[in-house]
Amino acid sequence: MISYLLRRILYAVPILIGVNILTFALFFVINTPDDVARMHLGQKRVTAEAIERWKQSHGYDRPLFYNRTQAGVRVFTETLLFTKTINLFVFNFGSSDQGRDISYDIGQRMWPSLALAVPTLLVGLWVNISFALLMAFFRGKYFDLGGIILCVVLMSISTLFYIIGGQYLFGKILKLVPISGYHSGINALKFLILPVIIGVIGGIGAGSRWYRTIFLEEIGKEYVKTARSKGLPEIVILYKHVLRNALIPILTGVVVVIPTLFLGSLIMESFFGIPGLGSYTIDAIQQQDFAIVRVMVFIGTLLYIIGLVLTDISYVIVDPRIRLE
Amino acid sequence: MPIKPVILWTDALVFLLVFAIGAYYLRVRRQEHLRAPWRQVAKRRLGMSALVVLLCFVLVGLLDSVHIRRVLPNNNNADKLNYSTQVESLLDVLISPLGAEIEKTYSAPFAAYLYTKNIIEMPDGSEIRGYPRLTYGGSHLGDSVSRSSDIFTRSLKAAFKALIAWLLLTLAFLFFSARRSRIPFMQQAKIILYGRSFVAWREILLTVGLVLLIVSISINLAQGYHILGTDKVGKDVFYESLRSIRTGLIIGTLTTLVMLPFATAFGTLAGYFGGWIDDAIQYVYTTLSSIPGVLLISAAILSLQVFITNHPDLFSTLEIRADTRLLALCVILGIGSWTSLCRILRGETLKLREMEFITAACALGVGHLKIIRRHILPNIMHIILITIVLDFSMLVLAEAVLSYVGVGVDPTTYSWGNMINSARLELAREPIVWWPLLAAFIMMFTLVVSANLFSDAVRDAFDPRLRYVE
Repeated sequence: MISYLLRRILYAVPILIGVNILTFALFFVINTPDDVARMHLGQKRVTAEAIERWKQSHGYDRPLFYNRTQAGVRVFTETLLFTKTINLFVFNFGSSDQGRDISYDIGQRMWPSLALAVPTLLVGLWVNISFALLMAFFRGKYFDLGGIILCVVLMSISTLFYIIGGQYLFGKILKLVPISGYHSGINALKFLILPVIIGVIGGIGAGSRWYRTIFLEEIGKEYVKTARSKGLPEIVILYKHVLRNALIPILTGVVVVIPTLFLGSLIMESFFGIPGLGSYTIDAIQQQDFAIVRVMVFIGTLLYIIGLVLTDISYVIVDPRIRLE
Repeated sequence: MPIKPVILWTDALVFLLVFAIGAYYLRVRRQEHLRAPWRQVAKRRLGMSALVVLLCFVLVGLLDSVHIRRVLPNNNNADKLNYSTQVESLLDVLISPLGAEIEKTYSAPFAAYLYTKNIIEMPDGSEIRGYPRLTYGGSHLGDSVSRSSDIFTRSLKAAFKALIAWLLLTLAFLFFSARRSRIPFMQQAKIILYGRSFVAWREILLTVGLVLLIVSISINLAQGYHILGTDKVGKDVFYESLRSIRTGLIIGTLTTLVMLPFATAFGTLAGYFGGWIDDAIQYVYTTLSSIPGVLLISAAILSLQVFITNHPDLFSTLEIRADTRLLALCVILGIGSWTSLCRILRGETLKLREMEFITAACALGVGHLKIIRRHILPNIMHIILITIVLDFSMLVLAEAVLSYVGVGVDPTTYSWGNMINSARLELAREPIVWWPLLAAFIMMFTLVVSANLFSDAVRDAFDPRLRYVE
């Protein structure tokens, strides 16, 4: 298993290089650093010296792929592609186009993101599984039908409406929670409760419906018939047998997203003014700060790959029949 | 010719899509095994009602995809025709003058006065502060404003018209369908009334009636009022939300159209040939799917924005610029989403490759590409179809979120995302402006719910794994 994991981790290297070349092409080849500099300095009346100065101070003053002024290996190393890529790979993120230290920002903003994302995931999982289990128990009855209709309705409403509606109702009319903002420590609770609830409600539709199908698939299996013929009550069958077996696909689906929780939710964080990595990314996108977006793409990819490896490990843990070769 | 057609890129692709669907329809009609699952869909009551609603949206979207430029009145030179720079769509022309009736600023639904206080000039020259009268909304009432009775009589008239139209339509349908199946008229009416017909005609007819009623009433009232109010610059919100339908539909369909060839080709090739082809294709899609979707989209849209600002000569008009961005968004969304379909198709092809009929075809000396086309593709069609319909509603919802992030469609394009985006600030106003949000909600919800219901029916009919449940 160790050698399998090592191989998986080695596989990640070409993928990361590929992602890097792709983002590099998006940011530096379609639009040359000159274009970017001109955009940051304002479109009109920018002197060539100003552009050069901006490029130099931000480390963009190298050729893209091939440096004719250098000799030997430095022909390739003294280029934008090499320096930008290598810096990412050793986690030296440098400074943003606005001049702030990206690593420091990420370290600071990671925690609010986690404080929002982890409770949303856990509560959401619990609510979805319970609701889906109830629907599976009452399958074919009116409760089940009503549940499915509710799921389809909930699925068809954009997250934006949940957020705007929730902020308006609980923040503005009832004044139960602040509309947006954040505070460190225990005070964060009152700022986080509404986004967590809205995140959970927004996920019920798709989540419960999917889990219900998984449960129903499991109920149709032979061992359930055996359990029923032994005279076990339906509740015991559902909780002891169906739930446990259905947890395998559910858990493995969840494990992939666990590492990416660090990135936070773009929409939630920017609507509720939570200073996490999601709102960081949104700000970067809106200020057209390419340095930050590149770093976030890199980290996002890395976390996704870690998630895939974790998924493989979790398969082995929950299902002893599976062996990683 | 008094008008000149303008074909934007997205228009061309929309018509290509219509053409493709037409070709598919003709193919399905002739082959019984392809028709069978669609028959299952036609039985589904909710699914068919949803289809009727969906088709209405599609009709509006198609009308909005025919773009024209009108000729300008030109008296001194009769030979040379000057075309207006303003691009209009067929929908604009049909519902005119709805888009041209611009008030000063916000006004509530059915209002006759502005929503904000302004300085009004009285006929005698003096000025007072108050709510000015709207230029168009309720202007037919003159000074004696009795809106509720006017609205009531107008809707009653419109409802009556809709009812008559629906009755005629239903009778005509019953007459022809009875003649086709060679049974008496009354018997056919009974079969449909009791829901015993094979196709869910009763539900279809009822939905058609309901749609007719709503459309008739809203169009009738829209001639005299702003039925969903006006926005900040005084544009009719009803008009805006109608124009947004095209954007939503285009994002939902063109994205799939763009990614489908790649996903199908790569998925089947990887699964069928294996070896280094499989490795290479797997590498490509793993790389693409590792990048968080929103980040990939925003990175690409950011680059496109810089490209557009640096090359203004390539994009002459606002329409072309907005259209390019819409198309780019579809392409990028497609690049982000083709990977999952590709992975499923690869797995399915891997399974099919080991089947006996493929081995038989190989043994008979059929070429590889021909095997893929004749034997593999027809057997994975159902997966492709299910993906198309399931992705649609997801994409419509994604558009709103992306527009909010600032990497969606162009700000000048009518879209629900842009409407919601501006509505955020309006909710913070005092007194609040709620109608643009409501309009976007109603429209999006209706479209997405019907898309979800229809896609459920399609999935149930086409997914072979679900077939044993029945």
